[in-house]
Amino acid sequence: MSQLDDLKTAIKSRLGELECVIGWEQGYDPLHATPLFIRSEADLDRLIIGPLAVHNLATYLTGWKGKKVGVVVKGCDSRSVIELMNEKLVSRDDVVIFGLCCDGVVSQRKIRAALPADPGFVESVEIGADSLKVTVAGQAATLRLADVQADKCLVCDTPDAIVSDFLIGKAHTPAPAPSLKCQDEFEAKSDAEKFAFWQETMGRCIRCYACRNACPMCVCRDYCIATSRDPLWVSQENLPSENMMFQMIHVSHLAGRCTECGECERACPVDIPLMLLRRYMNKQVRDVFKHEAGKALDQTPPLLTFKVEEERINERGW
Amino acid sequence: MEKFITKDNLYRLAEELAATCRVLAPVADCGTVTFRRFQPGMVLDLHSRMAAVSPKAATFPQTETLLVVKREIPEKKPEIIETLPEGKNVVLGCRPCGARGKLIFDPVYETDKIKDPYYLQRRRNTVFISLACDRPETTCFCHSVGSGPADPSGSDVLLTLVGEGYVARSVTPEGEEIMKLALFSDAGDKGKEADAKNAKAREMMGEAHDYASAPAKLLARFDDMDFWLAQSAKCISCGACTYMCPTCYCFNITDDDLGLSSQRIRTWDNCMSHTFTLEGSGHNPRSTKAHRLKNRVGHKFSYYPDLHKGVIACCGCGRCIKQCPTGVDIRQIVKAAQEYAE
Repeated sequence: MSQLDDLKTAIKSRLGELECVIGWEQGYDPLHATPLFIRSEADLDRLIIGPLAVHNLATYLTGWKGKKVGVVVKGCDSRSVIELMNEKLVSRDDVVIFGLCCDGVVSQRKIRAALPADPGFVESVEIGADSLKVTVAGQAATLRLADVQADKCLVCDTPDAIVSDFLIGKAHTPAPAPSLKCQDEFEAKSDAEKFAFWQETMGRCIRCYACRNACPMCVCRDYCIATSRDPLWVSQENLPSENMMFQMIHVSHLAGRCTECGECERACPVDIPLMLLRRYMNKQVRDVFKHEAGKALDQTPPLLTFKVEEERINERGW
Repeated sequence: MEKFITKDNLYRLAEELAATCRVLAPVADCGTVTFRRFQPGMVLDLHSRMAAVSPKAATFPQTETLLVVKREIPEKKPEIIETLPEGKNVVLGCRPCGARGKLIFDPVYETDKIKDPYYLQRRRNTVFISLACDRPETTCFCHSVGSGPADPSGSDVLLTLVGEGYVARSVTPEGEEIMKLALFSDAGDKGKEADAKNAKAREMMGEAHDYASAPAKLLARFDDMDFWLAQSAKCISCGACTYMCPTCYCFNITDDDLGLSSQRIRTWDNCMSHTFTLEGSGHNPRSTKAHRLKNRVGHKFSYYPDLHKGVIACCGCGRCIKQCPTGVDIRQIVKAAQEYAE
């Protein structure tokens, strides 16, 4: 049986006791998947998995608090579920986890760059074992999956769900690249160059908060500091400085909590490379606290706890 | 008036207009396409795709200063300075749907009783030189909301790509004025070619969906929260759809305190946000994303048409679908309400 069939069988076995199971289905065109909320066996027919199933469905879990739901997760998504549980935002008893052994997902941005015409004109897509055959505006193109894979997949060391009630698919031996070229190149820039980059890039930000709301760890949602009017912490003025201020708030609230699922960057309607900020922050947290969010159950994020003496922060020895 | 302008001359037109106006044009912007203020030397991206953001900022900027309050010393009476927008704007190379967005604004921002001076001044001072579409994207549905890929309404000049240039047709006297420039030449019989291209683009869109029953059918679902919970399940309640939308016209007003001075700013607001309807008492009549999505869809396809002669408050550009992080499809939601079996 295929991975999808196994997944359907697993979901069928638990669907009766669950409010719904969150998975993916075909979206508005052949290149896009969209979240699916499975409530009946008929819905199950629409379930898909594979390289287009990009969304981190853990984002929805806090919205179902108090109800028992199922969720289909890739390895990276399972880290978000773990982090939510570690922060006691979601109870393990309330979630049935259908974990996938994931072969990686696509980056729609890389697909757009690789196609001969804009993906808005897509006509058909055939998903092969290691390639995507896309017909766009009458022209066919074959893209190697490896070339259009999301950045997070290139450095992924957890392709298989870390925590699950059902683990579906063949386990991987992860072989992540040590780092991402785009990150290394950006970090090698001078402060002045970085400043100029963000000044320019944040001019594009429209403060729609798609990055915030797509983030599984951004749980304040309706009560976010950035949209509070009383007190008014951040001006509503759409300036690069205010937009960057919001992003700085976002990234600092995620320090030690971000699972690098990349949803913020994927959700951005104007393609702002927000993961440059996340990866940098996560590196600092790794260096200082030896912590990686969502890698294991029963861990406390370093900034949600207190130690009189931190092992790696030299507070008195100088 | 019908004329022809070569691609090179269209660029020269942008340069010429930029000398006296603020010209907004689509440019490739790190993998996406946005409208930026044109400066000579800038490379335009008119054809690869519809710009990610709509051109509505030309007539309705994301932030606009309504007034400035200045006080030199605390004891002195503050000076209040109204800041009406100055100067002329040209939007060059937007799609017809983007130019049509403001037609939805007009009956709201100019009524017998209320006239919004900021909007009206910009509206009067902005010219739209649109480019007809030659191929629909998967998310396009302008033909279903009373428009089409070469709809001139809302534009001042409509361009159609023919060979190495564009057939230009004036729609308004302001557009005609621009077309008097020597950069435009006689169209000869290229007009026929343009008509054929426009007809082909319309044909490629296929059959239009009939939204005639949508206002009543959506109202019938108003109290059906189960319907809206199901429809909104995948919505993450961000503002990408509203901020990308050429027809979304809601705003917020904030007094930004800057010490001895302050400014009153108007910024885009977003009905998908919790604070949109949060009342001073703390009560929120639209407390969940289901309530909010119901409002967004209902407003566009039911309440607005009921108030404004049946006009759907949507130009069918599909940005809300394409740019939605989770692929919420407004077409499907309206259809689900239309096809709902009681």
